[in-house]
Amino acid sequence: MSDPHGHDHSHADDDWPYPHPKQPDLEDGELTEHMVMAEAVEQLLIDKGIFSADEMRRMLEQIDAKSPAEGARMVARAWLDPDFKARLLEDVNAAAKELNIDAGPIPILAIENTHALHNAIVCTLCSCYPKFLIGLPPDWYKSRNYRSRMISEPRAVLAEFGTMIADDVEVRVHDSTADLRYMILPMRPQGAEGLDEEALAALVTRDSMIGVTVIDKV
Amino acid sequence: MSRPITIGDTVRIRQAFPPGHVRTPYFIRGKTGEVIRLLSDYANPEELAYGRDGKPALPVYWVKFQQSDLWSDYAGQEQDTAVVEVMENWLETMDE
Repeated sequence: MSDPHGHDHSHADDDWPYPHPKQPDLEDGELTEHMVMAEAVEQLLIDKGIFSADEMRRMLEQIDAKSPAEGARMVARAWLDPDFKARLLEDVNAAAKELNIDAGPIPILAIENTHALHNAIVCTLCSCYPKFLIGLPPDWYKSRNYRSRMISEPRAVLAEFGTMIADDVEVRVHDSTADLRYMILPMRPQGAEGLDEEALAALVTRDSMIGVTVIDKV
Repeated sequence: MSRPITIGDTVRIRQAFPPGHVRTPYFIRGKTGEVIRLLSDYANPEELAYGRDGKPALPVYWVKFQQSDLWSDYAGQEQDTAVVEVMENWLETMDE
């Protein structure tokens, strides 16, 4: 084949006129044993009537429909209402129901950040995350880099997020290893007095509920 | 267990390396920490992973470790901690 653009990979399928490779299709990646197994198990569960393809799709839609906004509403309410905050710290799933939020079937604990204690979440073993409440985790949360370094050098990782924690504050990393999921209740920023619940919720980010950021002054 | 575990107890995580699905991270095995919260009982993941029923369910605890006890080269502050959920079958109580 002629080489119109100075490199030698072949264009067997069509004439690709650009000097960069095509973005690979999903199917071009390696099909690993575990991917085959996951597909086979899913198909078996459907074939055996454990759940239907429709139920599977609806579950995925339900997770995809979740967003940090739901957690943010809960944080904002907790900032404004000490009684709600107490209930949130007791049982996130029950407190969510008060706001007509479905936090899903897995128990979630809220952990409060204070001037003396900064909490953050990691799952060193896999990628446990409160996805039924605030949606799917960011890719970095699942990376080996975050999972290994957040537990062993949290201040360095926090600094990479632009989060500098004072030397006299305790940094506490929670490893989500078992049956619970966590959300951080960030500190209410200074200057937020007088804001209503909606305006406060708009300040609350996904990363602040993971604990890798703090919410700056308004 | 020689006695029930309560908040404030010092516990050591079993230094064991069984094969199979284990939810106790390597970095706490053999390390000593403090129980700071009692959680509910949960089905044993080491059984669930093989299609069994996970019974009896096991109590789960929050165990707090000083970071400097986990990592000899920890570069943060002395007061920094890590909290890990640990199932009761991994805890050894310490003689006072």
